[in-house]
Amino acid sequence: MTDKPLIIVEDLAKTFVLHNAESATIPVFQDLTLQVAAGECVVLAGESGVGKSTLMRSIFGNYLPTQGAVKVWHDGAYVDITQASPHEVLEVRRRTLGYVSQFLRVIPRVPTLQLVMEPLLENGVSFEEAKDRASELLSALRLPQAHWDLPPATFSGGEQQRVNIARSFIRKYPVLLLDEPTASLDAENRAIVVRLINEALAEGAAMIGIFHDLDVRDAVASRLFEVSQSKAAA
Amino acid sequence: MNAISGRIAPAPLLSVEGLTKWYGHVLGCRDVAFDLRPGEVLGIVGESGSGKTTLLNCISGKLTPTAGEVRFDTRRFGLTDIYGLSEPDRRRMQREEWGFVHQNPRDGLRMRVSGGANVAEPLMNLGGRHYGDMRQATIDWLDRVELDTRRIDDKPRNFSGGMQQRIQVARNLIHGPRLVFMDEPTGGLDVSVQARLLDLLRELVRDLGLAVIIVTHDMAVARLMADRLMVMKGGEVVETGLTDQVLDDPQHPYTQLLVSSVLQI
Repeated sequence: MTDKPLIIVEDLAKTFVLHNAESATIPVFQDLTLQVAAGECVVLAGESGVGKSTLMRSIFGNYLPTQGAVKVWHDGAYVDITQASPHEVLEVRRRTLGYVSQFLRVIPRVPTLQLVMEPLLENGVSFEEAKDRASELLSALRLPQAHWDLPPATFSGGEQQRVNIARSFIRKYPVLLLDEPTASLDAENRAIVVRLINEALAEGAAMIGIFHDLDVRDAVASRLFEVSQSKAAA
Repeated sequence: MNAISGRIAPAPLLSVEGLTKWYGHVLGCRDVAFDLRPGEVLGIVGESGSGKTTLLNCISGKLTPTAGEVRFDTRRFGLTDIYGLSEPDRRRMQREEWGFVHQNPRDGLRMRVSGGANVAEPLMNLGGRHYGDMRQATIDWLDRVELDTRRIDDKPRNFSGGMQQRIQVARNLIHGPRLVFMDEPTGGLDVSVQARLLDLLRELVRDLGLAVIIVTHDMAVARLMADRLMVMKGGEVVETGLTDQVLDDPQHPYTQLLVSSVLQI
């Protein structure tokens, strides 16, 4: 472990330019600076549309920031996600940077258990071990065993979300981005996810999260970060 | 785990520079440049007529470019411009080290010989002489692409389109290529067949550590298969980047139009 921050966001700006809508520009944020240390969970605050998800996606490399840097501690050095090659970004995502989105987006017709095993298989874990750990986690998340051999397309929103969570917590990602991971879960399942998050934090993960549920937020947040303080001028 | 370090970038398997093709004074593609690493999947997207297939054919040695270089890390000569090789050397390298999956299985299969013979043929072409070994390898590969191995002696026309495509995939992987080209590999198939074939391709690519260049006009296929994308318009590359970044935050007007035109179901 390191005492350096695991995530450093520096002077980040994001403006969308919609070329097919008369080049409308939508400024989201600018001069945004944020650091997250190991064991810390920073919760993004601010009303809907302020740019919380945009910031999250910019850190993950899913959106291309207009300016600034996103440095992630990976393999003993910082990788600037905004400048790294696709190959490097994928490598950082495979081993260091996890992301739980609100939506499950997977290849159709692949069984749930296999989807959850995938991040382990991609990191060279044996089939048997991956299967054991996936089973364990799906049990902990109380996903009925009858579902494991089915693809998740027909699952309820809450069940899909738990599959998504299982995929992200099956490995110990040193850096985790959580975009409303508990949005469609009932109270008991929320409590399980809160436990998973706190366990990962205790082991030194750095997290940035969006939680609209105040109970969950209070249970995991080390501090809040107001995205609106970096609001870009329209 | 974590044994493989990502810090040291491996040398490129393929390096394309300044690749240009003119058909008389009609432009096929212009000034295309990129590197491909071992195990990397590159998607080439764009609408019909954008130059995707011209580019693929130039890279895969099927169509001599007007200008530019296609350097491949060949086993025998190291990193070499494939158009600098003699024709026999180039053909041999293509047979030994590459695969090419066509959109239409009829373009990639020999329809007069059995499915099994189609799969085994690359081994024979590379000097395989032991009939029993080649038949066993063929059975293994038919099994791997989830075909009924009892049908090894059936002619391709007796298989469905999806099964023919599986035969073509087996035929193009059996000899252990390091780079495989795919031209709309799921283009002519029902969506249900398409999903299973995509899943199979993805698994094979991961297990074999293949480098792949896949041409598709289907953004969903691109998202599922490719690590990174090259967007083409009018013969030129207008945008490149990580697949999900290009699709979720496209920068070029044309890519924005392309992505926003995808129908949602």
